[in-house]
Amino acid sequence: MDLLAFAKGPALQVAAYIFVAGTIWRIVGIVLLKEKVDYSEPRKSAGLMAALKVIYTRSFTASPFKRATLYPKMLAYVQHLGLFAVIFLFVPHIMFFKGFLGFDWPGLPNNIIYLLGVASVVASIALLVRRLTSPVLKLISNFDDYFSWFVTVLPLVTGLMIPVRMGLRYEDILAVHVLSVVLLMIWFPFGKLGHAFLVFVTRGTTGMVFERRGAKT
Amino acid sequence: MTTVDGRHELDREAERLAYKPPEIRHDKQGDMASEERINQAMHHFVKNFNTQTASYLDGCLHCGMCADACHFHVRTDDPRYTPIWKIELFKRTYKRQVGPFAFFYRLLGLKRHVSIEDLEEWQHLLYDSCTVCGRCSLVCPMGIDIAGLVSMARHGMFKAGLVPHELHETAKTSAETGSPLGITPEKFEERVEWMADEHDVEIPMNVEQADVLAVMSSIEINKYPQSIAATAKILNAAGESWTFRTDGFEATNFGMLSGNAEWQKKASMKLIDAAVKIGAKTLVLPECGHAYMALRWMGANMYGKPLPFKVMHISEYLADALNTGKIKVKKVDKSLTYHDPCQVSRRGGATQAARDVIKHLGVDFREMEYGGDYNWCCGGGGGVITIKRADPLRHRVFKLKMDQVEKTEADELVSSCANCRQSFDDSQQHFNWDYTMGSLMEMVAENLEEGNS
Repeated sequence: MDLLAFAKGPALQVAAYIFVAGTIWRIVGIVLLKEKVDYSEPRKSAGLMAALKVIYTRSFTASPFKRATLYPKMLAYVQHLGLFAVIFLFVPHIMFFKGFLGFDWPGLPNNIIYLLGVASVVASIALLVRRLTSPVLKLISNFDDYFSWFVTVLPLVTGLMIPVRMGLRYEDILAVHVLSVVLLMIWFPFGKLGHAFLVFVTRGTTGMVFERRGAKT
Repeated sequence: MTTVDGRHELDREAERLAYKPPEIRHDKQGDMASEERINQAMHHFVKNFNTQTASYLDGCLHCGMCADACHFHVRTDDPRYTPIWKIELFKRTYKRQVGPFAFFYRLLGLKRHVSIEDLEEWQHLLYDSCTVCGRCSLVCPMGIDIAGLVSMARHGMFKAGLVPHELHETAKTSAETGSPLGITPEKFEERVEWMADEHDVEIPMNVEQADVLAVMSSIEINKYPQSIAATAKILNAAGESWTFRTDGFEATNFGMLSGNAEWQKKASMKLIDAAVKIGAKTLVLPECGHAYMALRWMGANMYGKPLPFKVMHISEYLADALNTGKIKVKKVDKSLTYHDPCQVSRRGGATQAARDVIKHLGVDFREMEYGGDYNWCCGGGGGVITIKRADPLRHRVFKLKMDQVEKTEADELVSSCANCRQSFDDSQQHFNWDYTMGSLMEMVAENLEEGNS
């Protein structure tokens, strides 16, 4: 079995199992914790709609904080939108997903994907520089922050290397790319990348608690 | 003549003329061994965990944006004051002991044990430099309520006997006597009688059946007793069947502020029992921010079932009475700005009530820049005002508030929280500042329409 066959075969399969099982374990471990009944008289009804409201509104920054957070927010948007486009709107990836989902969706032209991929890498590097230089971020950062950054950027970089080749064999670069995705999938449920799903829980519960009080969300 | 403050030694090693910084004070209660303190702190932090709090600790991105919302960080640039850092020890323990992957963290030694030195250092971060104002909770892109986590961490700190001395003693006095300032029922009754005479107002006391139970805060009873008369004038003018009670008059809740859940419950139950006893339909809380949080949003949970009466902050009561025409006020020909108590507005949801009252007063209202829900805290909330060693930091933080107020160029400054008011008074004296904090309720009482007072 060559490297590419290993990467696309058993490595990816094991990573997928860890990704799914780890994610379910983490969500279940949090969602199944005991909940206390809140007996206070609500000012407003606050069910699922309140959760959905905050899941949406917290994507934007409130006016008083705009100036202070503009730079990192802008970078985070570019990083995340780039990642989303590269993962879900790149035609070869869509074909890959179709392989096990059974359906596909329209993608973006390759050149646009490359551009967004490069933008995402640049934004990620700028965010890392910020993490390494800001006194606040230096203090609060830990292994998870740096390793999660690494496993996120690695597939982007290896993916962008495929069209460039740089004298390497297509199969070898593709194998390295797939293995970098394997690493990302294995780490995903354990570290801060879990925010991709936890964001719905944190924003949602805050929305329900504070909307119930009629307080600012 | 210049005098030298002899409390601190000259630092002869320093390259420039300097005094040695004061010795850092870490207060401890009881004689527990260090390991026991750590266990108590962590156990009582995690014991009430639910989905909300667990997801908060698991979901932090370490983006640091909360630092930009915190007055302590904004005014000092000290990264330790980053709100999420204030719960770092507890976050670490959660991941190591409770989280879904705690096993791996322990096995691989990824999160080191919390030490007693850590907890001692965090006493300053959890008490002296956090007013639980919740401004940080509004900037967090994950929507994490960091202020709520600080309150939970305080539960652990209390059980570990690691509370700043003054706050602990205030809370203890409150638990033992029913009032943080040791105001007994007899003293309260005396004060009420004095105010009734002084202001020529009828003040019902210990009525057996009444629709409204009014309560006060010790700060008002002691420092701003005119609030007692103002409350009476308003409730009389509204034609309410109301009373003060000596068996339930203290609205402040230092159990909550210090982190002692039992003391918090004890204080809340006194008010609840008194209201139930007289068959009150409404309990009107005084101008006190944390009292509103303690009873309006936590009271029923202490009671274990829905409260059989409505809980209103006085600003909510005033807004309702003015909007429904129960009371009327004369127009006030002044410009005015309003300081929002964090626990009433941002975290309590009653932001609009004060603005309704101000509208009826007809003043030239000058909203502070980013006032209302995004208002800067006075720096004295969350029990910080009681901690003497925190004074220099609190005063430093207050500069933000001064700038916010001064920009409005308003004639008058009012709020609806006696704790904020004493924080303003203290800082006013410290800075020799022109603005004197007033009371919105007293302004209403002073301007009640003739025949209505």
